[in-house]
Amino acid sequence: MGHVRARSRPSAGALAVLGLAVIFFVLPLAATVQFSLQHGSQAITLAPYQEIVSDPLFWGSLQFSVTMALLTIVLGMLVVVPAAYWVRLRLPQAHGVVEFICLLPFVVPGVVLAIGLARAYGSGNAGPLSNFQVLLVGAYTVLSLPFLFRAVDSGLRAIDVRTLTEAALSLGAGWPAVLWRVVLPNIRAGLLAGAFLVFAIVLGEYTIASLLGFSTLGVYTELEGAAHAHAAAALVVLSFALVWSCIGLMQIVSGGGTRMLEGGGAR
Amino acid sequence: MTQAASRAPAASAAGVRMRLRRGLVLVGLLPFAAFAVVFLLIPTALLVIRGLVGPSGRFSLANVSQLTAPQYIDAYRTSITLSAITAAGGGVAGFLLAWAVVSGGLPRRLRSVAFTFSGVAANFAGVPLAFAFASTLGPLGLLTVFMRNSLHYDPYTHGFTLFGFTGLAITYLYFQIPLMLLVVTPAITGLRREWPEAAASLGASPFTYWRRVAFPILRLPLLGGMLLLFGNSFGAYATAYALTTGLINLAPLLIGQEMTGNVVYNPGLGSALALGMVVVMSITFAFYALLRRRAARWGT
Repeated sequence: MGHVRARSRPSAGALAVLGLAVIFFVLPLAATVQFSLQHGSQAITLAPYQEIVSDPLFWGSLQFSVTMALLTIVLGMLVVVPAAYWVRLRLPQAHGVVEFICLLPFVVPGVVLAIGLARAYGSGNAGPLSNFQVLLVGAYTVLSLPFLFRAVDSGLRAIDVRTLTEAALSLGAGWPAVLWRVVLPNIRAGLLAGAFLVFAIVLGEYTIASLLGFSTLGVYTELEGAAHAHAAAALVVLSFALVWSCIGLMQIVSGGGTRMLEGGGAR
Repeated sequence: MTQAASRAPAASAAGVRMRLRRGLVLVGLLPFAAFAVVFLLIPTALLVIRGLVGPSGRFSLANVSQLTAPQYIDAYRTSITLSAITAAGGGVAGFLLAWAVVSGGLPRRLRSVAFTFSGVAANFAGVPLAFAFASTLGPLGLLTVFMRNSLHYDPYTHGFTLFGFTGLAITYLYFQIPLMLLVVTPAITGLRREWPEAAASLGASPFTYWRRVAFPILRLPLLGGMLLLFGNSFGAYATAYALTTGLINLAPLLIGQEMTGNVVYNPGLGSALALGMVVVMSITFAFYALLRRRAARWGT
């Protein structure tokens, strides 16, 4: 008993490290909040926030970013779920290849991807691929491949895919029913977690959006910063709160799992 | 009757097996393969190939040899130095923080708080992060003003600027440290509580335990985490662009300039720069994969 107590007493070194970390990580946030509450000679005011919410450009870019994020989630699921499922069910020898492709976005930086897409299809003779909005959603889906694949694959690993599929088929279910009513409900937590992470990443993305010429939330923040610094700070506080709630929700639905968080999104 | 009953399930099992096989055509890997080819492989390959093709359309090292100009060498050198420094610094700091949280005797609840926060901070990059640091360490930032007024030390008259290399490195640590914490924590949790006790009962000092037991086990995960951090920083664009308004000479920023033609327009050179980045990233992740495999053999 005394032994257990002695173990749980924090060491001085750990406290020092933690204290430094808290300062390093909280100070920039506190400074941003403080900066966002100033306006002209006023020390504390909500004017920067009012400036943001009364700017139609803000709502336009927010709406655009949310739309892109949702489209990315849908396209990502359509691409990743059947592949991950099929590899588990029938082609375990292809698992390594699919995983490798899903990790490639770590090797291809956002700048390279954006410019590669614009060069390959942007000239206007590639049908729907010459639509830059299609390219943007495609690029975001590429960015989210590592996270989505990991979420779906670890969800599938936890269930007996083969037995469930055979049971469903022998009960007369068709393939759409197998995927939609048997597989999906079993990996819902992982899917939701992946979706929240993708949402957070896409919402703040700047590199690809600016190179392809779109005004997403990230691009709007950059422009706003050049013109109205305090309003931009307010925007940063809002976007941090948004990312925080997305990641928080992700951790709640995935039961506190952190496996998905390795590797960042768009820097 | 008995015969029919025993045959019926066999037939349906065969039917299931057949439908499993037929499903290959229906669900398959087709959407995934098509997507990867169209949106990832073709654009990257085209860019890389264009870096290796001259104006005549034949294989040529003309574009790549342009990279030896001092400006581009300098961009790669700065990018690699920045990534190496923030990977080493962020790696060590992230490891210490993970160590403190996991085995520092701090309340257990702190662990999930640290994890969740790290998840947010590792994804809190780009423009918002640049702003947060400008509000802190910019010429009129909270910390700068505090140092100037209360400590009578003005970093900006002593050669410091947030909008250069040092400032960028400090800013990058904000996403590097949390990423390291997320990557390395599983390895630290893998160290058994009994091991330091066993080592102590054999007469080892805490330092000896560290040098002979903990460090050899943690060495590979630590190195792997730092490689991941290196790649993470090497590909970063938005944070550097927003913080320095594109003025620092980094490889990703150069590519953006060459390709969009804001300053100079030279797509051949841009492709060569992109090729160089993909090569550096590929080497980094090849080593990372190798380390992961070796670490897996150790069961950590």
